[in-house]
Amino acid sequence: MAHPPVLALRGITKRFGGVQALVDVDLQVRAGEVVALAGDNGAGKSTLIKVISGVSPADRGVIEWEGHLVQIKRPHDAHALGIATVYQDLAMCDNLDVVGNLFLGREIDRVGILDEVEMERRARDLMHALSIRIPDVRVPVAALSAGQRQAVAISRSLMGAPKVLLLDEPTAALGVEQTSHLLDLIEEVRDRGMAIILISHNMGDIKAVADRVAVLRLGRNNGLFDVSTVTQEQIISSVTGAADNAVAHRSKGDEEAWP
Amino acid sequence: MSRGGPHRDGGPGSAGPVTADGERRTRGWQDNLREYALDVRAGVRDGERGPLLVIAGLIVIWIVFQGLDDKFLSPRNLSNLSVDIVGTGLVAVGIVFVLLIREIDLSVGSVSGLAGAAFAVLNVNHGVPEWLAVIVAVAVGTAVGAFHGVFHAWLGVPAFVVTLAGLLIWNGLTLYLLGASGTINIDEEGLVASLTSHHFGDDLAAYAVAALGTAGYVLAARRRRSRHRAAGMPFRSEGEIWLRTGLLAVVAFAAAVTLNRFQGLPLALLIFLVVLVVSDYVLRRTRYGRRVFALGGGVEAARRAGIGVERVRVAMFMVSGTLAAVGGLFVASGLTSASPTTARAAGSGMLLINAIAAAVIGGTSLFGGRGSPWSVLLGVVVIQSIASGMGLLGVQDAVQFMITGGVLLAAVAADALSRRAQARRGRP
Ligand SMILES: Nc1ncnc2c1ncn2[C@@H]1O[C@H](COP(=O)(O)OP(=O)(O)O)[C@@H](O)[C@H]1O
Ligand SMILES: [Mg+2]
Repeated sequence: MAHPPVLALRGITKRFGGVQALVDVDLQVRAGEVVALAGDNGAGKSTLIKVISGVSPADRGVIEWEGHLVQIKRPHDAHALGIATVYQDLAMCDNLDVVGNLFLGREIDRVGILDEVEMERRARDLMHALSIRIPDVRVPVAALSAGQRQAVAISRSLMGAPKVLLLDEPTAALGVEQTSHLLDLIEEVRDRGMAIILISHNMGDIKAVADRVAVLRLGRNNGLFDVSTVTQEQIISSVTGAADNAVAHRSKGDEEAWP
Repeated sequence: MSRGGPHRDGGPGSAGPVTADGERRTRGWQDNLREYALDVRAGVRDGERGPLLVIAGLIVIWIVFQGLDDKFLSPRNLSNLSVDIVGTGLVAVGIVFVLLIREIDLSVGSVSGLAGAAFAVLNVNHGVPEWLAVIVAVAVGTAVGAFHGVFHAWLGVPAFVVTLAGLLIWNGLTLYLLGASGTINIDEEGLVASLTSHHFGDDLAAYAVAALGTAGYVLAARRRRSRHRAAGMPFRSEGEIWLRTGLLAVVAFAAAVTLNRFQGLPLALLIFLVVLVVSDYVLRRTRYGRRVFALGGGVEAARRAGIGVERVRVAMFMVSGTLAAVGGLFVASGLTSASPTTARAAGSGMLLINAIAAAVIGGTSLFGGRGSPWSVLLGVVVIQSIASGMGLLGVQDAVQFMITGGVLLAAVAADALSRRAQARRGRP
């Protein structure tokens, strides 16, 4: 672990009107590592993902990329760094076909004219490489099943060979087989040196692929564990607040700041 | 490249369950395939059913009106119809751009009136050369669209409110401009008048356009097919391409023969067709057009993909304002005047309703992300056929209003139903 983390967040704070969605959150992920992000509904997991992906930037806090301070103000900034995201709601255009969604915002063109053949060819190659079987890449995604839509969203995130992959509850809509397929995929890209932040409620998934687990509770860090040593019960009690973990990550003023 | 495989098997103690998994997974994909095949069949049916129904409806309308008045299908009436559709049709193409991003522009009728009045005042009252007055009138439409777009996209005012206010503001401005002079007659030999009066008398013109259109279609389709085949991808079969080409040729040449039996190819129709071809190309084949569709399919998805949502919104209202102004020049051209009476009519919403109805009848959805400029051609022919038929029969305005409103309601109801059917199929 001599390398600096590829992505490090410090003191991330974000407020929506009266709701403190994130308070002084710290999180780091290294290349070739899967960090699971656990926490109850409303803990701020999706908000943290949107901070990193530039969809809704933080009010306060710093983001370091490969040891350098960076600003992520727009989705474009995150793309440019090499951060890819699979959002909880998938963020797909239902009326566009699979190819259109895969290349949304980064179409292949010649002087503005779409090169549909090349995009379709690459889409097929990508699907094949990921052993994702979508029978026809020209069907609007609205006509796909939930699992297929998820597969398309994941393929899209892997398309630009990102360095950091953010997955917001990617297994929630999947069946058992599809989940195991996805977990295999996560391990694969991890082994190729990608850094992954995986949000999941499923302790089995976390135990299967994650190296570390970071727990958020009411918008704050509430524990950081090594998956190989922690028990499921420890994670759960940290999520539910039964155990208030005094982890180095938590800043001191927390108790006063919280009403 | 099979990744997954080696890694899966490599995991200690995981080989057993995963093999079983693999088998289950295969069955899962087969289920997906079957489910998907059903979806596609339903989707194709759905995609083709709308236009076919409308064409069937159009044929019924034509037969009924022809039965009531045998002048209806005369070359003269059909030729006039092909010119009369253009003003409304151009406005409706602008509406399509806005509908595609799931918004609405209620001001187009007023803006078209404003453009006609601006042209007449500048050219006739102030002696500005016609070409310059045309450019200014169209630019006024663009600017008005930009104004609406900025209020909507950057201040977040709902588009229907912005453009509803616009409807009144621009209509007021038109009446104000015309207030001093009353009715302004435009030069009957001039550029704008010739937009609707000029016909290419030579029979060759209409045939050439029909032939070029058909040849252009078949060449483009075959070229795309061969590119797809070269890359080993499926595309429309040769047979389907020829079938479509054949149908297109029949319609194009029948229209050409009919037009030539009157005064030949109208300039207005030629301009309309060019606008349709260009706007369809931009929307379907360019990177920019893809952004427009993306916005209609999911604003948030488009934003997260890095698309400048606000800019596209403003641009769409600019397109709609511009085409409303161009359409307005065709309306003024048809009347060879701009008057307070026609300005009031433009503000009354008849043109607006006809334009929306034309777009929606042809298959452009009010719910965004689905539609095409070509839908306008089909829709506006239906709308104008009804209007023309009722005109021939001397049906009074009151009844025409009710029928036009009823047609619009039927079209949007069909749109809503088809959307619901799709939503039901789309997600389990
Ligand atoms: N756009 C928003 N506007 C207002 N409140 C929000 C918004 N997004 C999230 N929140 C609030 O922030 C908190 C954290 O939400 P979220 O990050 O979605 O939680 P999680 O993904 O962990 O379930 C919740 O209380 C939620 O209501
Ligand atoms: Mg969430």
